[in-house]
Amino acid sequence: MSAVPRTGDVREEICAVPDPELPVLSIADLGIVREVAVDEPSRRVRVVVTPTFSGCPAMEVIESDIRAAATRLGYQLDLVTRLSPPWTSDWVSDEGREALRRFGIAPASAGGPRVGGPVGVHLAARSVACPHCGSADTEEVSPFGSTACKAQRRCRSCAEPFDEFKAV
Amino acid sequence: MSTTSDTAAYVLGLADDALVYSHRLGEWVARAPQIEEDLALANIGLDLLGQARRLLTRVGELDGTGRDEDELAYFRDEREFRCVHLVEAPRSDFGFEIARLLWFASYQVELYDGLRHSVDPVVAGVAATAAKEVAYHRDHASQWVLRLGDGTDESHLRMQQALVAVAPYVPELFADDAASVAAAQGGVGVRPSTLWGGASAHVQTVVRRATLELPEPERMTTGGRAGIHSTPMGFMLAEMQHLARSHPGAVW
Repeated sequence: MSAVPRTGDVREEICAVPDPELPVLSIADLGIVREVAVDEPSRRVRVVVTPTFSGCPAMEVIESDIRAAATRLGYQLDLVTRLSPPWTSDWVSDEGREALRRFGIAPASAGGPRVGGPVGVHLAARSVACPHCGSADTEEVSPFGSTACKAQRRCRSCAEPFDEFKAV
Repeated sequence: MSTTSDTAAYVLGLADDALVYSHRLGEWVARAPQIEEDLALANIGLDLLGQARRLLTRVGELDGTGRDEDELAYFRDEREFRCVHLVEAPRSDFGFEIARLLWFASYQVELYDGLRHSVDPVVAGVAATAAKEVAYHRDHASQWVLRLGDGTDESHLRMQQALVAVAPYVPELFADDAASVAAAQGGVGVRPSTLWGGASAHVQTVVRRATLELPEPERMTTGGRAGIHSTPMGFMLAEMQHLARSHPGAVW
């Protein structure tokens, strides 16, 4: 797990809380932190988060880690869950996308989901680069993977399986 | 005019559909034809469970009882559940599951698309997130129906039998009841009957392309929204609820 920088700044430390299932990604890079408002006189911090998938079990850990960061620095936390507008994989930052790639996970293709179009055999329609060798010659194994946010693919060039961050 | 109790009853129906189907999907883990499918059905169940948790929490606020999601999920008896019979039907073969998922996900795609405009902020928020999830569910079921229907003679036969087996459960999903009519009038919900056109058009397209036929139901289930359930429901609840009831308040 990557070390979380301890800067002493409550906004920075909350933004740096790692995703417990993808520890290379901070919750800010994941795009779920929508607002952090610090009120120094009252030592309160208001954090607005938008969860990724409805059933993502990591959210409870993330909330408790945000609370721990605020408490450690002597702040009262007001945590707000905002569902609308819904999180989209387009909110993952460029740094987050690069971190995913280095971790062996293909970042989500930009521009939202691959589903919703006309019915058909469309599995070859998207080009997803292999995070290991960079080849674009990859295929989908399953649109569902080890966590709610990932799909499974394999590379036809280097033959390695890899996860893909789902586009939603 | 929508009353609070109508709204709560409507949202409870949505929540119970998602909760009960998530349990049935979870039963597939280690039983699906391949490990990728174990993961897929479990993930779909996980999405539905997440939707159910948020909706149940909202029900506890709307109905004035202050019950939390766990009290609603684990400490209600069978007659207090408002799910349709489709979702409580016991696990059968893989074809049946895929036919059920195709219908349910097609229904939910239309449902959450409509509910994004709900005047209830929680319902609208749940719908906005869930709309993207159920699009994946519908796509997954559609892909399987295409492969099985237009596959071998055996897979074609089994998929066709599955469509016949699921058909009696389908009309109940699109039937208006007092709670949904009131919720629609109040701007909180949508009338289930208005979702039929979009959902059935999708199913019909997939079924046709899979070289299958959409059967007319010979009988129809009814009563789920009024708390009247089929025999397997009690057994399912006994399994789903026994841990929470044997060890109230247990956490890990």
